[in-house]
Amino acid sequence: MAEAMKQMNMIQAINSALDIKMSQDPDVLVFGEDVGYFGGVFRCTAGLQEKHGLHRCFDTPIAEGGIIGVAVGMAAYGLRPVAEIQFADYIYPGYDQIASEAARLRYRSNGEFTAPLTIRTPVGGGIHGGQTHSQSPEALFTHIAGLKTIIPSNPYDAKGLLIKAIEDNDPVLFLEPKRLYNGPFSGDPHMPARNWSKHELGEVPEGHYTIDFEKARLHREGADLTILCYGTMVWVAEAAVEATGVDADIVDLRSLMPLDLDAIVKSVNKTGRCLVLHEATRTSGFGAELIAEVQQHCFYALETPIVRVTGWDTPYPHALEWEYFPGLERVSEAITRIMED
Amino acid sequence: MAAPKKIIKKTTKKELLHLYREMLLIRRFEEKAGQLYGMGLIAGFCHLYIGQEAVVTGVNAAIKDGDQMITSYRDHGHMLALGMSARGVMAELTGRSGGYSRGKGGSMHMFSVEKSFYGGHGIVGAQVPIGAGLGLANKYLDNGKISTVFFGDGAANQGQVYEALNMAQLWKLPTLFIIENNQYAMGTSIARSTAQKDLYKRGLSFGVKGVQVDGMDVLAVRDATKKAAAHARSGNGPMILEMMTYRYRGHSMSDPAKYRTREEVSEMREDHDPIDMAKNRLLKEKWADLDALKAVDKDIKSIVADAVEFAKTSPEPDPSELYTDVLLEVDA
Ligand SMILES: Cc1ncc(C[n+]2csc(CCOP(=O)(O)OP(=O)(O)O)c2C)c(N)n1
Ligand SMILES: [Mg+2]
Repeated sequence: MAEAMKQMNMIQAINSALDIKMSQDPDVLVFGEDVGYFGGVFRCTAGLQEKHGLHRCFDTPIAEGGIIGVAVGMAAYGLRPVAEIQFADYIYPGYDQIASEAARLRYRSNGEFTAPLTIRTPVGGGIHGGQTHSQSPEALFTHIAGLKTIIPSNPYDAKGLLIKAIEDNDPVLFLEPKRLYNGPFSGDPHMPARNWSKHELGEVPEGHYTIDFEKARLHREGADLTILCYGTMVWVAEAAVEATGVDADIVDLRSLMPLDLDAIVKSVNKTGRCLVLHEATRTSGFGAELIAEVQQHCFYALETPIVRVTGWDTPYPHALEWEYFPGLERVSEAITRIMED
Repeated sequence: MAAPKKIIKKTTKKELLHLYREMLLIRRFEEKAGQLYGMGLIAGFCHLYIGQEAVVTGVNAAIKDGDQMITSYRDHGHMLALGMSARGVMAELTGRSGGYSRGKGGSMHMFSVEKSFYGGHGIVGAQVPIGAGLGLANKYLDNGKISTVFFGDGAANQGQVYEALNMAQLWKLPTLFIIENNQYAMGTSIARSTAQKDLYKRGLSFGVKGVQVDGMDVLAVRDATKKAAAHARSGNGPMILEMMTYRYRGHSMSDPAKYRTREEVSEMREDHDPIDMAKNRLLKEKWADLDALKAVDKDIKSIVADAVEFAKTSPEPDPSELYTDVLLEVDA
């Protein structure tokens, strides 16, 4: 039987994933700041309180340490909490609960206890958020053993991966690139804004489905260059490949931890060239990890040095957003340089 | 039931005219900032202080030069009250090099050593222990100063607030914790986030005294702060001042405001406006007539217009500014 499909933006896809899991499983609870009554500042939880009740979708005080700590306790007892941290920039008061508690419960209890919680949080720039509403802190989390870190780049993946995250028996940090909520973004603010209403990745099954972690998605298939990216940068890569006319593989990692190393190695061994992209600051960023893996596994296939384009090693500025953001121009330049090398 | 007798608070013509002017400057500045936002000249986040003017104005009237102030992202009013330039604040909002943080901080992040302003802070609650730390520095240096730390009713639920209150009392720090209770944290009313709604009691178990103050009455704020400042300055430790106030506008510029009724907002505006209250007293005491007040408004409007002009014409920061002030020295 053909699945009923519906055109959704990323917000609706996330909302649908939450709604389905709440309907299927009474152990799923959704909460966070402005999440219940207001439906979330980005509307991802709109309607869930009306439908599933105040006891299952509720507002919390502004207390990220408490929100995440409470989620760990609920999860340890077998519930499946889905906590929202309004912006990833606010997650640091809860960092201790993630790093020292959620991520270690299984290990230190000899596998007797687990913390199957999901933390959803919007990341990334491009919305003039300045230093406290634009950060991409993924590397602070992939560095923690015992935690999974997921970052979708489109509505279809967002829904399938979020359902998977909620069903997963380990703690999952689910990063939502806020610049992609309403549509793909080329990395050039002067190009007309696009939305998901006509995009094939906005065509989402209405029902339940999951996407496995550790499975990268080949966003575009090519022969001459491998671009490793995730989140918003997938769309910047797509625009830059169009602009430069280079025939590249664009590998959308989707899951940073666990990582689909096979897909990466296969692509780089095929193309012999590798470009790594992320919005986050450069030093000790996730790109460094990718580059280390590529050089170890693909050393003899590489024809040129691996290059990365990232945010600068500075706080995210209020002014100069487009000088900071690794947008279309910088990525295109890097592609051209690698191909000439 | 007979209405409770209103205590007429002492003031002078000079003082009240000054306070009126200060509050009006904040109001007009914020109205303009809202307009510039609507015109796309200010981008990102912008939290207006309209409705809450009496709080910082009254506090500022009761503390001394050199006492420190630190607050959240809703910070424009604090800076104007401290005498930071309207030009520098407005140009920061528009992201220009003439702004207090040369455009890199934005609406939520500005500072001034000269005026002892330790910042707007975008992370809810983060400023509270920092304010206690300023108090510790004052005590250690024995400089006779107090620190004032402002935060919201929503921020009052952050864990670090309680760490700070305990330390402040334990070490008898000269710090005033000023809660601007405007009843809402974004779209979440205090009732939906807070188990015990009397925020002035939040320090009781640590031994921190607290009082609740009519934060719409600039003279009530002044009086309560004077007492609390004397308490803190003479080595008795911190105090909490819960200022009952109200913001007329949305939380930030993109706020659908569906969480409260229009009537609630207009009741506050019409019956409790801090500027109207000062104005009525000025007229009643015959300390000013309408023409004189109009002249004040005109003068303020020209200060704000000048700030707007500056904020529009000040150049954007040079891209090389991206790398400045990350650390003391960097290799760009
Ligand atoms: C740690 C952290 N969590 C959440 C936010 C998002 N946020 C910004 S303002 C705000 C509401 C704060 O309300 P309140 O403390 O009452 O101050 P008000 O805005 O009313 O002045 C929230 C939840 C943030 N900036 N930082
Ligand atoms: Mg508030």
